[in-house]
Amino acid sequence: MTSWRFTVNGDPVEVDAPGMRRLLDVLREELALTGTKEGCGEGECGACTVLVDGAPVDSCLVPVCQVDGARIATVEGLAASSPEGPVLDRLQQAFLEAGGAQCGICTPGMLMAARAYIDSGGGPDEAAIRTAIAGNLCRCTGYTKIVEAIAIAAGGGG
Amino acid sequence: MTIRTSPSRTTTPVSPQRTVSDALVVHPGAIVPGRVQPAAPLRREGPAKLTGEAKYADDLVFPGAWYGATIRSSDAHARFDGFDLDPAIDWSKVAVVTAADIPGDNVVSLISDDQPVLVPVGGEIQHHAEPLVLLAAADRETLRHARHAVTVRTTPLVAVFDPLASDHVFAHYEIASGDLQAGFNDADFVLEGEYRVGHQEQLYIENNAMIAVPREDGGVAVHGSLQCPFYIHKALMRALRLTGEQAQVVQAETGGGFGGKEEYPSIIALHAALLARRTGKPVRMIYDRHEDLAATTKRHPAIVTHRTGIKADGTLVAQDIEVVMDGGAYCTLTPVVLSRGAIHAGGPYRCPNVRIRARATRTNTPPNGAFRGFGAPQVEFAAEIQIGRLAEALGISPLEIRRRNLYRIGDETPTGQVLRESVAAEEVLERAAEAAEFEGVRAGTSKAGARRAGSGHVPGSPLRTSRDRSASGIGVALAWHGAGFTGSGEVKLASVASVELAGDGRVRILTGSTEMGQGTKTIFPQLVAAELGLAAGEVEIAPQDTAVVPDSGPTVASRTAMVVGGLLIQAARRLRAEVEARNGGAPFADVRARDAADHGPTRIDQQFEPYPHVHFDDDTYRGDAYPAFGWAACVATVDVDLDTGEVTVRDVVAADDVGRVIHPVLAEGQVEGGTLQAIGYATIEEIKLHDGRYLNDRLATYIIPTALDAPRIHAILVEAPFSGAPHGAKGIGELPMDVGAPAVVAAIHDAVGTWIHELPASPERILAALGATPRS
Repeated sequence: MTSWRFTVNGDPVEVDAPGMRRLLDVLREELALTGTKEGCGEGECGACTVLVDGAPVDSCLVPVCQVDGARIATVEGLAASSPEGPVLDRLQQAFLEAGGAQCGICTPGMLMAARAYIDSGGGPDEAAIRTAIAGNLCRCTGYTKIVEAIAIAAGGGG
Repeated sequence: MTIRTSPSRTTTPVSPQRTVSDALVVHPGAIVPGRVQPAAPLRREGPAKLTGEAKYADDLVFPGAWYGATIRSSDAHARFDGFDLDPAIDWSKVAVVTAADIPGDNVVSLISDDQPVLVPVGGEIQHHAEPLVLLAAADRETLRHARHAVTVRTTPLVAVFDPLASDHVFAHYEIASGDLQAGFNDADFVLEGEYRVGHQEQLYIENNAMIAVPREDGGVAVHGSLQCPFYIHKALMRALRLTGEQAQVVQAETGGGFGGKEEYPSIIALHAALLARRTGKPVRMIYDRHEDLAATTKRHPAIVTHRTGIKADGTLVAQDIEVVMDGGAYCTLTPVVLSRGAIHAGGPYRCPNVRIRARATRTNTPPNGAFRGFGAPQVEFAAEIQIGRLAEALGISPLEIRRRNLYRIGDETPTGQVLRESVAAEEVLERAAEAAEFEGVRAGTSKAGARRAGSGHVPGSPLRTSRDRSASGIGVALAWHGAGFTGSGEVKLASVASVELAGDGRVRILTGSTEMGQGTKTIFPQLVAAELGLAAGEVEIAPQDTAVVPDSGPTVASRTAMVVGGLLIQAARRLRAEVEARNGGAPFADVRARDAADHGPTRIDQQFEPYPHVHFDDDTYRGDAYPAFGWAACVATVDVDLDTGEVTVRDVVAADDVGRVIHPVLAEGQVEGGTLQAIGYATIEEIKLHDGRYLNDRLATYIIPTALDAPRIHAILVEAPFSGAPHGAKGIGELPMDVGAPAVVAAIHDAVGTWIHELPASPERILAALGATPRS
């Protein structure tokens, strides 16, 4: 067993795990961050999308040895905490108001893909947004309201 | 039968205009302008889903839980002779459960008793991936080794894969009205057609998952991803011989269902419960995508043949329709799916002489089951392509042929149901056509088609000498969808929904209706709060736990808003009346806390009572098949690549009459999502089988539309309220699923001049059709 050090949502963590253990499993089981979901386990659905040094990746395809020293961002890091509970960020709020989340299982991955798009300077352009989330499957919404939500968040500077 | 042929009326806009109306007055038959809540509440469980806080089944932690697995058949039809355990494995660390360990009936309780929980040794395997043996271990690694150390012995039997060749009939129906022969004699033109649709996977993004936890009373609690807690409850009681109290079912947050978590979760719950019973530990039965695709139910494939008689002016006079559905290896819900298919087979059109014959047969393929639309998308695809071909044959517009035949108030359906109210076929059609500028766009695509046709064609090849490498087309489809359970289903269910004023003054809703993304937990408090004079946020909702809530019936058939929502409104009205009466008529909102302090909790259980004037005879299949119908129209525009046959669905307008819009954002979400599932069905979603096994049983090979494949979908909500429901709502979830596929296929026809008779309209099928009918 080897020890791996990286940060998750800004917090430094150290994990003892076999190097080929999936980042998805490390997040969900070792770190109890179950917001990141498994939909297919083979990199097709994007439900497990997290950011590694700002880039969206399918955490089911990433062995933990590859993120040693990296910055990981998951859905749990999006909202700010307050005494009254989590305060949604602009992107989450846009999803809530526009109807971008239905069953919610693709939502964490979709939010992270959208976060990466906005953080890299993406604007409220429909074709660009659709390309940015093309690796994230949603079966509930038909994507219309997800695209709208991202455009709202992107339009206001994220 | 009385046939009324009223001339085309001027359309009244009936879509919600985002204006506020203070009162809901439902006049039978009237189309009421939309009334939308000025500020509908945000999705109640939305923040939890958006922060990752929401707990889906696989997110739940039960200390000491074991992991379960299912050993499945690799034969389509065989005798199960037995199985061997590799002695190299330490089997003392593994729980092994077979059919012999089932304390009660070895039956997955549903309509028929034909499906076993596990095939017994010596019994018959009926399909590939059928459960034979269960394993559990304390850790995944041990379980993985154990799975590979089980060898199944079988003796193959002759398998049947062709539903037309099968002599085992699960259900059959015949619906007839008028005089079919006289109808055909009266026709100026007769058109025949055969249409085929294949399997479709629901493809909820959360796989099936169930965790069974032993209870101290010898029973079991299962927590899982599911639509119908009381289906599972019943199945547990029967197979594990448990009392109603010992069997407990709790819904976890559920990541999509679409029918795929209607009946299938019962068998997973049974498996997990048997392993929990054996080990005394919580057992996690979490399917991965491959197992979910390989083993769980799909939409029924169907073969539909039409013979239609029509007058030269475009009036339908005879429809002779045969529907054959492939039920797969076990009955599951097939009789009910087929029933809905039979009733909807003629499409939303008045026709005086109709015969519909429908049967569903058994094949040695995994059982087919519920999927959004439930038999209707298959038959309405066929009906709509047939009507499009009739229009083409008669040289009239696809819009016009629908206008001439669509149902209007007073028309009678093939079961003899007189449509007394809430008929919006014309409205949805006109609204969709208008928003999509159907006739104008179609004139342009026709002109472009004529230009290409004039450019010549390479003989025997789809290639044209035209420099156009793609062709555009526009297509329209119209559908009806019976609201709620078919026939006397709702009467038999006798659902209960409750509203409670708790001892501390809080108001709580108790129903078994599940949230799986459609918005149940948002609209129920909205409806109850409006009756009680409260804000939606002041009304709580009890967890979907069979130990806590009454049986409100399954969360299926687009019945939740209409039926259960209606019960809640009635319960809330009774609660308000009771509380206000004993408090001198003071408003409920003002006195609820004091009333609760003085009188303790008050709970109103509201049971379903038959809608007035709705009668159906299950034996003769005559009468009111549904209390009301929802109506849907779809206009799709496509580009077809003339070299590759690839279809891009560019824009879609969907107009859906839902009776009453309770929450516009959620309602539009239903229309948009259902529309894209229908587009997937039309263009890319296909299951290929070899010897009864699904070949593309991974997400890499069973593909669904991505954001790049998805068109921009414009949803138009139309309201033609149903007077039998206190709020007028008719349901929405399944409506858009019925129209998307035929609209896309009609658009492909408009683009390239050929009809695709089999779904999906894949590039291969389009190129083959183009090669067969060169447009020159």
